[in-house]
Amino acid sequence: MYEFASGPLVWIAFIVFLGGMTFQIVRMVQMAKKDKVIPYMSLKYGLRSLLHWVVPFASKNMRVRYEVTIVTFAFHLCLVLLPIFLTAHVAMFAFAWGARWATVSENLATFMTVLVILGGLFFLVRRLMLPEVRFVTSASDYLLLAIAAAPFVTGFAAHQQWFHYETMVLVHMISGAVMLMAIPFTRLSHMLFFPFTRAYMGSEFGAVRNAKDW
Amino acid sequence: MGVPAIEIPTVSDPGLDEAVKTLTTERIQEVINRIISKETAARFRTYLNTCVHCGLCSDACHWFLSNDRDPRFSPVGKVKQTLWEILKKKGRVDPYFLRECSRIAHTECNVCRRCSMYCPFGIDIAYLLLVIRRICSECGMVPQFLQDTVNSHAVTLNQMWVKQDEWIDTLQWQEEEMRSEVPTVRIPLDKEGADVFYSVIAPEPKILAQLIGNMALIMTVAGVDWTMPSFDGWDNSNMAMYSGDFEVMGRVERAHHEAALKLRAKRIVMGECGHAFRGAVYDGPRWLGWREPPVPVIHAVDFYHELIFSGKIKIARKFEEPVTVQDPCNIVRGRGLGQKLREIIQATCADFTPPEPAFEHNYCCGAGGGVINCGPPWKTSRVTGNRVKAEQLAATKAHIVITPCHNCHSGIEDVISVYKLGQHVKFFSEILVDVMEIPDELKAD
Repeated sequence: MYEFASGPLVWIAFIVFLGGMTFQIVRMVQMAKKDKVIPYMSLKYGLRSLLHWVVPFASKNMRVRYEVTIVTFAFHLCLVLLPIFLTAHVAMFAFAWGARWATVSENLATFMTVLVILGGLFFLVRRLMLPEVRFVTSASDYLLLAIAAAPFVTGFAAHQQWFHYETMVLVHMISGAVMLMAIPFTRLSHMLFFPFTRAYMGSEFGAVRNAKDW
Repeated sequence: MGVPAIEIPTVSDPGLDEAVKTLTTERIQEVINRIISKETAARFRTYLNTCVHCGLCSDACHWFLSNDRDPRFSPVGKVKQTLWEILKKKGRVDPYFLRECSRIAHTECNVCRRCSMYCPFGIDIAYLLLVIRRICSECGMVPQFLQDTVNSHAVTLNQMWVKQDEWIDTLQWQEEEMRSEVPTVRIPLDKEGADVFYSVIAPEPKILAQLIGNMALIMTVAGVDWTMPSFDGWDNSNMAMYSGDFEVMGRVERAHHEAALKLRAKRIVMGECGHAFRGAVYDGPRWLGWREPPVPVIHAVDFYHELIFSGKIKIARKFEEPVTVQDPCNIVRGRGLGQKLREIIQATCADFTPPEPAFEHNYCCGAGGGVINCGPPWKTSRVTGNRVKAEQLAATKAHIVITPCHNCHSGIEDVISVYKLGQHVKFFSEILVDVMEIPDELKAD
């Protein structure tokens, strides 16, 4: 089982992830032609808007909801960067392919993992406590949060040698693969679509309406 | 589910109540499937697949803020109650459900697009609610007053059942009125090749004819080469754009642009109305497959700015009473005219207090997006749904609210009267004719 999870499953996960992302992009572009969207896209104004929404506190709502902004940036940065630069992950790639790249220290890795888990908890509490969030929450929202947080919770547990180590590592690998494969086909695809939706709104506001959207 | 804070009263509206009686689930499903498969594509799918249900759009909505943060009034809350349910049930919804969709999409959302500036992903939530309006309209589920304006557009190409002889007669009446002050005032009809083709919304000849007179005076004093059409296409308003009847919307916009083309006008200047500008510049051309309007279109605010800062209109004295301004969504968030609007106000008014929030972040008047056109049955919910506007205006302590948009004008008048703010609303043209210099040689003896 460990051999499968550390070998073929990783391949499958990456193929589904990259294939799914490509499929979604191609489908979006095809639909964009039908929607008369492309002629209105502007590189300049699209990037201008994106810039105001990827720099913390550069938009008004990010300043109004500063606590969400801080957690969101910490959560997403750690969630994306940690798996790429984790020593254990790099070592596995090095072992399999001989490729290696920079890694983060163990302490930093632990810190980043804790940030992701706390961020996930924050989102969970927010979802349960704030009426305007709870009202639009369904089971799928909890499931998506669980899918995103699971690799970090299990990775942390494995690292801390909680429960049965081998089992925990296996669960960790499977949960990581599940998350990767879920990204293109669930609302986790905001990872993929966010730059496009933002750039389109930025283009509409900037190039067409001569206004700001942040 | 969030705890509903307030009870939403059932409003009786014959347009909706009659539709409930005649519609069937099968008919609704057929319409929904047709609209979603034939008329939606990348934006619709991508928005739905990207929204993470975070609720961060809520603080953008004046309905949400004014209704004690009731989640049913948040932008995403409105999408949940309508579109998500429809998609979950694959379009198999009953007429009562569709009635709720119309209430939410037609009467409780001004499609002002403020929420797009608060959504981290820039999702055009107003567009999603316009899809709901489109579905409702195709099913015949539209508030009666709003549908009546659409029927008028369809029959007469203007919003208020104005007949051609009434239109021409009104223009001549206003011309005559203004001649008592400046004897050379003319409203040139059907003049070919004029610099300016001036168009207004149908409520002007119907109930606010003096605004046309004001413009005739301004044009004469500024020495502008202008014209108005005596034929269909003079009305630049478009309620079909808001009911969801896009076929009629397209006809109305085409008639407006073609009237200007027929007279070979160099550009169209539109009166002080926001939604009309949106229809003429964006929604209409896009539906018609035009990337840009065929004739350059500018809004009155832009035009006044040009007249004042080119010196064609000179300011004789400043308007003394304390003023503030309503930044209309469709020309500020929709055209970036906020700065020019302030410049013309500062050029003409001595005591200006800006509102807060302002510019793109200003709250909608609550009347736009066709909501005020849903008529008296919905007035209470419209005004209680904009308490934040009353608070915002009261804080300025101004006596006059300048509203260069017809919907804003009427909507804010209602807010002022219900919340007893003691303020008054004026179009900018009313200020301008009051303070501009009329050269002695133009004046009547």
